[in-house]
Amino acid sequence: MEIFKIQFSAADLKVIAPELVLTIFALFVLILSVFVRRQSRGPLGYTALVGVVIAFFSLFLGIGKEIKAFNGMVTMDPFCLFFKVMFLIVAFLTILASLGYTKREGIDLGEYYVLVLFATVGMMLMASGVNLLIIFLGLEVMSISIYVLAGIMRDDTRSVEAAFKYFLLGAFASAFLLYGIALTYASTGTLDLAGIGEVLTRQAWISSLPIVIIGLALLIIGFGFKIALVPFHMWTPDVYEGAPTSITAFMATGVKAAGFAAFVRVFFYALPNLQAYWTQIMWILAVATMTVGNIIALSQTNIKRMLAYSSIAHAGYIMVAFVAGNELGKSSILFYLLAYVFMNIGAFTVVILLGKKGEENTQLADYAGVGFKHPLLAASMSIFMLSLAGVPPMAGFMAKFYVFSAAVKARYYWLAVIGVLNSAVAAYYYLRVLIYMYFREPERELAVGAFSPSAVLAVIISVWGVLQIGILPSTFLALAQRSVQFLL
Amino acid sequence: MIEYVWLIPLLPAVGFLFNGLIGRWYNLDKRVVSWVACSVLGLSFFFSILVFFSLLKLPPDARAAVPDKVLFDWIVSGGLKTVIGYKIDPLSIVMAMVVSGVSFFIHIYSVGYMHDDPGFTRYFAYLNLFVFMMLTLVLANNFLLMFVGWEGVGLCSYLLIGFWFERDAPANAGKKAFVVNRVGDFGFLLGMFLIFAHLGTLEFNEVFAKAHLLDPVTVTMITLLLFVGATGKSAQIPLYVWLPDAMEGPTPVSSLIHAATMVTSGVYMIARCHVIYSMAPVSMAVVAIFGAATAIYAASMGILQFDIKRVLAYSTISQLGYMFLAVGVGAFSAGIFHLMTHAFFKGLLFLGAGSVMHALSGELDMRKMGGLWKKTPITFWTFLMATLAIAGIPGFSGFFSKDEILWQAFSSPHGHLFLWLVGAVAAGMTAFYMFRLTFVTFLGQCRASEEVKKHIHESPPIMTVPLIILAVLSVIGGYVGIPHVLGGRNYFHEFLAPVLGGLPEGAGHASLSLIKSAYAAGAVEEIGSVNWEIILMVVSVVIALIGISIALYLYILKPDVPKRLAQRFRTLYTIVFNKYYVDEIYEACFVSSAKKIGTFFWREFDDGVVDRSVNLVAGLMLWWGRVLRKIQTGYVQGYALGILLGAVVVIIFLIK
Amino acid sequence: MLIKYVPVLFLLALSIFFAVFVVFLSHLLGPKRVHPVKAAPYECGMISLGPTHQAIPIKYYIIAMLFLVFDLEVVFLYPWAVVFRELGIFGFVEMMIFIFILLLGFIYVWRKGALEWE
Repeated sequence: MEIFKIQFSAADLKVIAPELVLTIFALFVLILSVFVRRQSRGPLGYTALVGVVIAFFSLFLGIGKEIKAFNGMVTMDPFCLFFKVMFLIVAFLTILASLGYTKREGIDLGEYYVLVLFATVGMMLMASGVNLLIIFLGLEVMSISIYVLAGIMRDDTRSVEAAFKYFLLGAFASAFLLYGIALTYASTGTLDLAGIGEVLTRQAWISSLPIVIIGLALLIIGFGFKIALVPFHMWTPDVYEGAPTSITAFMATGVKAAGFAAFVRVFFYALPNLQAYWTQIMWILAVATMTVGNIIALSQTNIKRMLAYSSIAHAGYIMVAFVAGNELGKSSILFYLLAYVFMNIGAFTVVILLGKKGEENTQLADYAGVGFKHPLLAASMSIFMLSLAGVPPMAGFMAKFYVFSAAVKARYYWLAVIGVLNSAVAAYYYLRVLIYMYFREPERELAVGAFSPSAVLAVIISVWGVLQIGILPSTFLALAQRSVQFLL
Repeated sequence: MIEYVWLIPLLPAVGFLFNGLIGRWYNLDKRVVSWVACSVLGLSFFFSILVFFSLLKLPPDARAAVPDKVLFDWIVSGGLKTVIGYKIDPLSIVMAMVVSGVSFFIHIYSVGYMHDDPGFTRYFAYLNLFVFMMLTLVLANNFLLMFVGWEGVGLCSYLLIGFWFERDAPANAGKKAFVVNRVGDFGFLLGMFLIFAHLGTLEFNEVFAKAHLLDPVTVTMITLLLFVGATGKSAQIPLYVWLPDAMEGPTPVSSLIHAATMVTSGVYMIARCHVIYSMAPVSMAVVAIFGAATAIYAASMGILQFDIKRVLAYSTISQLGYMFLAVGVGAFSAGIFHLMTHAFFKGLLFLGAGSVMHALSGELDMRKMGGLWKKTPITFWTFLMATLAIAGIPGFSGFFSKDEILWQAFSSPHGHLFLWLVGAVAAGMTAFYMFRLTFVTFLGQCRASEEVKKHIHESPPIMTVPLIILAVLSVIGGYVGIPHVLGGRNYFHEFLAPVLGGLPEGAGHASLSLIKSAYAAGAVEEIGSVNWEIILMVVSVVIALIGISIALYLYILKPDVPKRLAQRFRTLYTIVFNKYYVDEIYEACFVSSAKKIGTFFWREFDDGVVDRSVNLVAGLMLWWGRVLRKIQTGYVQGYALGILLGAVVVIIFLIK
Repeated sequence: MLIKYVPVLFLLALSIFFAVFVVFLSHLLGPKRVHPVKAAPYECGMISLGPTHQAIPIKYYIIAMLFLVFDLEVVFLYPWAVVFRELGIFGFVEMMIFIFILLLGFIYVWRKGALEWE
């Protein structure tokens, strides 16, 4: 009997160095958490933070190799490097925003940080996996961690409800994805992305088999759930509203980016031959996602829910670039996600800062008069809102600009028109936040505790990010373009 | 000196940062704040003049070919390369001088006007930011940077209209302005995308050099989309609705942003893009027709207003219509010329209105004014200068610029007799309502309450000095462009000619042939071009004088009017006794037909159709939002069903 | 390529047919005598007292899940033991890391008190 040799070298380990670092730190924090007393849990979050920073530096071990490791299961190319850096930024900002928040809400458990780290590992695997199974594995590692994180406020029924809904529907959607993977495997005989692409190129007749097309549809549904495309979006508002705010920020940026990383990787790397099939349906999904997200967001009065719908709409804008599918389109997906990370985490961190134990203060009316009580915080919030609305010189404007010009370049004029109209509609609900902050009399005194310095740091970093990307976008776009080179 | 052009926009930005951050944070003394705010503007104006003179030293042909001053690369990616760079040519420097100069005077005026306002520092921070954005707009060397300025001035306008946000009306007006402007921006953005998609660049020099590569349909699309942007920013039909509401802002803001500078940026943009506009005759015609229509339509509404700022607002819309008429018939430099003179006299009119409000404890209703000329002589005389200028009385700046537009509307190859006619009638209406405003406000007897009467006083020198300076400019500002037919050299056009080309030398073929056909065949030979220019000039002056005479007749010689009216409607006694009835009788009887039309436009069309359709769209969106959110039941099985249905749709769509 | 899956399809069709066939057959052939005792939850034995839908203590679930985890560890150990020699020192280290991670999990659940019944 021939035994399959399990073999790998140190070079292989270098490729997944950041994942390893994060895993080790996660395990360390986990063990630490059960040995420290309740009062001295403070260092757990900082340990996790150190882990993220070390993971960032460990990235340099794998840079420049561009090799596939573990028998071609994972890779280290500019594409996944871009996303890994993005996920580490997300994790870093999330933990910064969480340090004070978890203590306030009584969820400063070791498990919280452990799961954030594990979820980050999952995201990284989704970006670096070049095998459908690894991508699925990463997706599940990420998702299961997030399910638990969403419900970590066990005394809050809405948090538990969020976790439960997310888990049920997530499992449902995972089944679609897995079935899609299975059908793809059945028709091409391989799980390797490059291999699938090769089979479809060499034996073009396979592309038109119903089994392949159904597999394609199931993959779209599976990924569509994770990035909250309409009509697979319905979990988003309930989950985003119920989950702890820091986790909502983590989900809206990290999970979405990871979903897009895998989505882009699979579709442009393994299935470009099927572009003729998926372009049209993606067009419809993009339009539906933008429009439904924006229109429902108009009538929201809870800021977390409003941001949830806004995140749906933003996924729609990114899909515009996906449909365009040209060089600018692909790189603008990455650019958009990066810009979105800063503006969204920033906005959610402001939401965190304006709440206190027992009073989340997430109704729009709670924001009345904030502009005068907390001028700098309100100014930051204005920057995030204007960026989300796409007003220059914020990052959001450049992101939209690239996305829509990609669509125009690819001759999807109507898509660009619908996108621009949508962003005009969206301006209404983003500006409403500004109006409440600056132009409305507060109905009641907004009681806010002392600001957590780390969360303030997260806001400052986010403001910096939004302005840096918005004013000098060329460096970032160049990076994004380098990162998608291999997809061309 | 040209190298230092970047200082012009940068200085106000410094002022903004200083006042916005340090001034607000440390609650600096008002004197410090106002000194900083005004001095950065003064310096900026000074540098504009320096650059202007260094440009003047160059031979005319070299003036338009000065290389752009590129500060640094802004966005570089694949096909797209955009820089932060400034364009230095006669057009941009004229605009920079007008913007920084008028802003400078209005800043000084504001120091007095806003003196007791609690938001003093915030006001100057916003105002400086506005000037920075406006200068960015006019000096940008590419569409994207121009768009940054374009959006930036919109933002400042929004902030300043809603400056007194404690009250609902200004906050709502600000929002309205912003939203309506976004509609226009949508067109601008799409136009920009199209340019980039077809030419691969957004830099003005490159775009205009490559413009001949575009096919006619694309050019028409681009120019029309850019014009949509211009209608929003410059308050033209159908997007003008925000401007009258914008009067809720402080009066110097109305003067600076909503009369002298920001609202003219659409005209500037079209002049800047004249190369592509000239390639699209259809768009030119659209611009001219919309401009002429706006000119007369807004003027008709101005007749009915009693709020002095609203009269001026409608007048601004109307005058902007003239500028669009000018650029629409290909007389780009005439449009810019009127833009400049308008900045002087309309800025002055608003500042004068502010001075009146200052004197009357904030009164805006002209029915409660009257007889102010004795108590506020400087305000009155300067206001009169501006009124004469806007009415187009020979010798004043408005005469030269407006007359040139009318002449070009008549004679240019793009012009038409009808365009001239609309413009001329609108000019008569302008003369009428402006003199009505002046007469009712300053002459006759004072109709203010006793309480208010006691406090009537002339404004302090810090406000009157800018009034005088602008009054001087309103008078002499036109002498840089005396037309050839009156023996002038028309320096203004000569200066702009390297950029915008000379005035169209059509000599009125289209319009003349219309007239010729009306004439007997024998008379044709005598109709020479120059004669016509003089004839039309006289005609438009006569029309203006008729407008003034009607105003004079109705408002100064009014004892005659009520007498004749009395026999038809009320007893002589009541009317003579109640002087305040004059306006109502005048409304009810003399202008009843005009009022019907005006009211129809104002109430039915403006409020009823235009406003309501804007509200309807917004309401519809909100309604859809409320309907769609019903799907969000909260039941997880419903969500799963949604996913399943979506899955079925996706699969069926893919394998169909 | 797809031809390889024809037997699977065949098997699927056959099994569906067989299942339906057998149910139908028993319906056809089986005698039907309706009696209330037959409808009771337990035909023989005690009649249940009180509601049967009682919540099972959550402890059972936790223990069951932990059992599953460590049971699978054992399942994984068997094939490893079979090829232990072929895998050599590399396989040994791999398995030690695997067990170590599970050990950390074990310490965690122990300290958390998940193994205490009360």
